[in-house]
Amino acid sequence: MSDSGHTNIIQLENVDKFFGVFQALKNISLSVKKGERIVVCGPSGSGKSTLIRCINRLEEHDGGKIVVNGHELTSAVKDIDAVRREVGMVFQSFNLFPHLTIVKNLMLAPRLVRRSSKSEAHDTAMKYLERVKIPEQADKYPSQLSGGQQQRVAIARALCMNPLIMLFDEPTSALDPEMISEVLDVMTDLAQEGMTMIVVTHEMGFARQVADLVVFMDQGEIVESNPPKEFFDNPKNERTKLFLSQILTH
Amino acid sequence: MSFIDFALIIDSIPKMLVGIGLTFQLLFLSLALGTALAIILLLLRISGRWYLSAPTMVYIYIFRGTPILVQIFIIYYGLPQLEFVRDSIFWPILKEPFGCAIVALSLNTGAYVSEIFRGGVLGVDRGLKEAGAALGLSATHRFIYITSPIAIRLCLPAYSNDVISLMKSTALASTITLLDMMGIARTIVAETYAPYEVFISVMVIYLIITWTIQRSFGWIEKRMSRHVRIEA
Repeated sequence: MSDSGHTNIIQLENVDKFFGVFQALKNISLSVKKGERIVVCGPSGSGKSTLIRCINRLEEHDGGKIVVNGHELTSAVKDIDAVRREVGMVFQSFNLFPHLTIVKNLMLAPRLVRRSSKSEAHDTAMKYLERVKIPEQADKYPSQLSGGQQQRVAIARALCMNPLIMLFDEPTSALDPEMISEVLDVMTDLAQEGMTMIVVTHEMGFARQVADLVVFMDQGEIVESNPPKEFFDNPKNERTKLFLSQILTH
Repeated sequence: MSFIDFALIIDSIPKMLVGIGLTFQLLFLSLALGTALAIILLLLRISGRWYLSAPTMVYIYIFRGTPILVQIFIIYYGLPQLEFVRDSIFWPILKEPFGCAIVALSLNTGAYVSEIFRGGVLGVDRGLKEAGAALGLSATHRFIYITSPIAIRLCLPAYSNDVISLMKSTALASTITLLDMMGIARTIVAETYAPYEVFISVMVIYLIITWTIQRSFGWIEKRMSRHVRIEA
């Protein structure tokens, strides 16, 4: 799995993560090349969210090695900041800043982190709001938007930092069914433009359509990882088969 | 002779209002100093370093755990007994009853308000701080631009209660010779032997001030939570 390190934009080697005595990640190794789209699935509590949260160090791993875009993640604040500048993240619960208007949500990080001018940050914000098809909501507050709109804003907010990599942590799980497709459409567009993406999701249609690799996790381990056709049509592991039968039939 | 001497009330209210300026000085000065102190205490308390947070907790425990009257007496009657206090640069402040009252009220309010602020900071959704971190914002930027504005809205109701409580505590300054509204009221009572009329009058004035503070904070809260209301 771990081949020539420098072509991989994300490299995880033998990563362990503990919450107290509970081991959330067991010896995880994964490499992602630039432009690759990885979908991570698995039952709840399998460690998939923890895995992507380790990549931008919202969680600190306890063993092994994580290298993102040439920066190894240690407790060095400089490297963490460097990684976070290049890695965008979209959360299950949107996490828009409730006290700021939509456009100000998008402008905050470019202004503070990239030191963009006000007009520059505003133009970038509007460009990405156009791209997620809600420029008319720019001056509203997050609470005035629907869940689907809020999640599209969250995607636009991450894109404003011009990231090399996008992490999605169950981006559609908190949405009403009729709003899921508008968010998946934006993500599909992003994938087609060549963005490197790791997506934790149960949307198997999206995985089939977009993913280069589907990773199945259970109990903190990567049980199986294969291209979607192989993964869905010919699952090897019993746990994968069981998971797929549960998620695809209901 | 009626039960209440209205003429005396009408006569004494203007006299007590002379002291309202001092009441407001005590309130606003110690509110400003106490709030500044509260922010410093909060930062020490949440610094994550035990040698900063432990002394802060002791300070807060002492000032919240003892009557403010006792604190005023210790500062006014107790500290001047100590020679090094009389020799210190703080003596010009501590030798005046006004200075002592401001110091006592500020130290006391600072302890209460820092706990209110801490509640606000702890109430901010962890996901929002994570979103800031994921965007690459430094811890300082996250605190200033995300945590603080949300925390301020969360703790405004408790803070307004504390402002009212501080306003009422200013009356204790009259115990160390200050002629605030309460001090004047006590003087009038000593002259007229009519505690009933005079103290009820001063009570009415305090009630009006409380009402004004409540309404002001209600207005501020409404303005600051515009983003929560969904407009049609």
